[in-house]
Amino acid sequence: MKKLLSFVLFFLVGSTLYAGGYRVSIQGQKQLAMGHTGVAVISSAESVFFNPASISFLDGKMNFSLGVSGIIAETKYENKEFGNTNSTESGLATPFNFYATYKANDWLSFGLGVYTPYGSSVEWEKDWSGSHLVNDIDLKAIFVQPTIAVKISDKLSIGGGPIYVNGSVNFNKNLSRSLTDVNGNRTNVTVEQKGITAWGYTLGVMIKPIEKLNIGFNYRSKVIVKAENGDADFENVPGSLPNNLSDGNFDAELPLPAEVTMGLSYEFCDKFLFAFDYNFAQWSEYEALVVEFDNDAGVSTSPRNYKDAETFRFGLQYEATKKVTVRTGIYFDQSPVQDGYFAPETPRNDSVGYTAGLSFKVNDKLSIDASFLYLHFDEIDNSYDHYQESGQNVPFEGTYKSSVIAPGLGLSYKL
Amino acid sequence: MKNIKYIAIIALGLVACEPELDNSIEDAGFYSSGEADFSKFVSVGNSLTAGYADGALYLEGQKYSYPNILADRFSHAGGGNFTQPLVNDNFGGLTLGGTQITDNRFVLSGDPLAPSILTGTPTTEVSNILAGPFNNVSAPSAKSFHLLSNSYGDVSGVALGTANPYFARFASSSSATMLGDAVAQDPTFFSLWIGNNDILSFATSGGLGVDQNGNLDPATYGNDDITDPMVFGSAYTTILDGLTANGAKGVVMNLPSVTSIPYFTTIPYNAIPMDAATAAGTNGSYAAYNGGLGTAVGMALIDAAEMAQRTINFTAGQNALVIEDESLTDLSALGLPSIRQATAADFIVLPTLPVIGTLADPANPASVIGVGVALNDSQVLTENEATMIANAQAAYNATISALASANNNVILVDVKSYMEELSMGGLSYDGGTITSEFATGGGFSLDGVHPTARGYAFIANFIINEINTEFNATIPLTNPGYYPTVYID
Repeated sequence: MKKLLSFVLFFLVGSTLYAGGYRVSIQGQKQLAMGHTGVAVISSAESVFFNPASISFLDGKMNFSLGVSGIIAETKYENKEFGNTNSTESGLATPFNFYATYKANDWLSFGLGVYTPYGSSVEWEKDWSGSHLVNDIDLKAIFVQPTIAVKISDKLSIGGGPIYVNGSVNFNKNLSRSLTDVNGNRTNVTVEQKGITAWGYTLGVMIKPIEKLNIGFNYRSKVIVKAENGDADFENVPGSLPNNLSDGNFDAELPLPAEVTMGLSYEFCDKFLFAFDYNFAQWSEYEALVVEFDNDAGVSTSPRNYKDAETFRFGLQYEATKKVTVRTGIYFDQSPVQDGYFAPETPRNDSVGYTAGLSFKVNDKLSIDASFLYLHFDEIDNSYDHYQESGQNVPFEGTYKSSVIAPGLGLSYKL
Repeated sequence: MKNIKYIAIIALGLVACEPELDNSIEDAGFYSSGEADFSKFVSVGNSLTAGYADGALYLEGQKYSYPNILADRFSHAGGGNFTQPLVNDNFGGLTLGGTQITDNRFVLSGDPLAPSILTGTPTTEVSNILAGPFNNVSAPSAKSFHLLSNSYGDVSGVALGTANPYFARFASSSSATMLGDAVAQDPTFFSLWIGNNDILSFATSGGLGVDQNGNLDPATYGNDDITDPMVFGSAYTTILDGLTANGAKGVVMNLPSVTSIPYFTTIPYNAIPMDAATAAGTNGSYAAYNGGLGTAVGMALIDAAEMAQRTINFTAGQNALVIEDESLTDLSALGLPSIRQATAADFIVLPTLPVIGTLADPANPASVIGVGVALNDSQVLTENEATMIANAQAAYNATISALASANNNVILVDVKSYMEELSMGGLSYDGGTITSEFATGGGFSLDGVHPTARGYAFIANFIINEINTEFNATIPLTNPGYYPTVYID
């Protein structure tokens, strides 16, 4: 146990660097191993996230799940016309989750979830060729979700709860491709704010029409994370620059889009469970990153023009022995980023996730859950065409290739 | 618990799993050097090759010298290390024995922004000799024949004016020549851009020097003189023979027109605005001079055409500056100065900008410089002087062109044409256009003579394009949009 604890701690204190894109689908080790399906799966406290309605159907008075993954992500960039190559600093990100459920009586259950569904940390080499778009970015959001579920009948349950979000942002970029101070140090700005709070909610329905078949539905509301009076720190500003670029404050907002998930799970041959989830994320909400400064930097608008995105998830579980359950899955994740809007701050194209994992029952109450995710991105030629210099668009183009792996560990405990 | 240990090991092992691009530019052979070999690239030249800008040689400027940009591009196709005799700071001034001998660089400062010399104590001491060799063998103000001089790098000659402080800093010995220090490195590829100062010093001095056309002994030349084309041709031949002796390939640059740079184009010849009353008053004060011209015609000292040329006349609106012109007939016997009003064919030099329109004698309201007091010889490059320059330039370029086409290993880059484009309409890049407009055009630095880093990036691209075409190479270009222009303090 001691070793396990130190291993978990090792991941938690590692550098906080997330994969490309800012939705991170790692909200439970068991479900991640099954392609991150789960809207219609009744298996553990992880359901607090996947479908709050389904906690009504969990065995046991109380259920706990705790998990953490280590994301190792890297993106390479190349521009053949000008011979530039760059890559993001590889590092370790550690999305974690904690879930608890409590069955008050036969029809009423409560739950609590703490998880990190959004985050992005990309760190390019300082002053690299895309530094006018981003040097480094670190977004974090922790969701806390108290949950209530009501079992209406043995075949139907509903659930939901408010979501409290606590987020932070730290974003650095150079002001242009060429502005420097008198000694050639690039003029740049860092915007930072911690402890941004916001609210959202989740609602779920779980139907068990026939034995062995579950159908689930989950809606997660959009959350607008607003930074107000954050710190804007301008560095290497030429002293005689006529524009006032002294340090000050900024306002900005970032949408965490609404998400609809529906799916089913089916038990067969006693020991097998198949699950399918369909996600629809309303990314079209994210039209532009607008940062308002209180000095002459004014309003900086970077069009994003995201499109709604779908994900198809397939998972399979097999109870191999009394002690060991193995899982695997695959998912097809559509990127919300459109051609011409491919910014190096979220260098994310369509991807395919391959997952696997297993649970080991230590005893009737405790099991250890391991998961592994490999996210495959095809090489892509794309550009961000909406950065402007003297009123004209200056495309930033090149070839990108990302790779993400995420091993994870968790514990489930049932009372 | 054993399982956990294995998972940890697997996880750590996979950290090495990096994304890889198909057909990456990091793969060997992605870019080709064609028939050229960039393993030892040596550049030879003057301030333009050294990375001089804003009236000084400073670190940021050296970083963006065109040969340094080229070497960075060549590194994609077998290019080797490229070293430069870097100065010590970003002030750019030189000291000799602790005394500052050249000015710091210009920057924009103040409100409104205007060029001024950056304040600060420079730390580049000429007598601190750097250990070479350096791939970039270039010295600001070097002329063609200087590259062959064995006293040009002698520190003890700097104070006497017989040696060049920039070369003395890194010459391999006190009797080394610039060509010798270049050739000794056994280059596989070279760039040569020399000859600009053979006309430019004369031009920037406002034509104070002498056109040495016909004088074949450069030892007798003053710094502001125009080099005789034969002297230039002989020096250039020796330099090119030296650089190509081992079979090295290389590029040579021809010489752009000096009178299209902002140093000569910023101040218009008709810079004086006047209302009718002031014009009439001013004309009154020149009545004696104008009358004297009539007398001179009567005495057959000058013809009617010269009288018309010399007659001073101000009217309401923009008026031409009054300038000295030593090519006019000397009428001092009649008490008449050799002055006239400028025409569009005359060039007023940039350093005149702060004094034009001010009073030469604060107590005398009639002593307005350019009106009541004529601009002197050093403040104007007259039409006549500009013609001498153009003639020498044409002769030098003919020599460069002929020598380049006679050697299969040498290609000519027509920088002259590119600079004409710059001054005519500008040169475009992905974020705009650079022009030759002083301070705001982006093409020229604040000395009005030397390019900005962005300007040097364009020059590097012209050279790369020529190399790619002529030597069948595929060197990647650089993007001028990433290079700075003028600096704000």
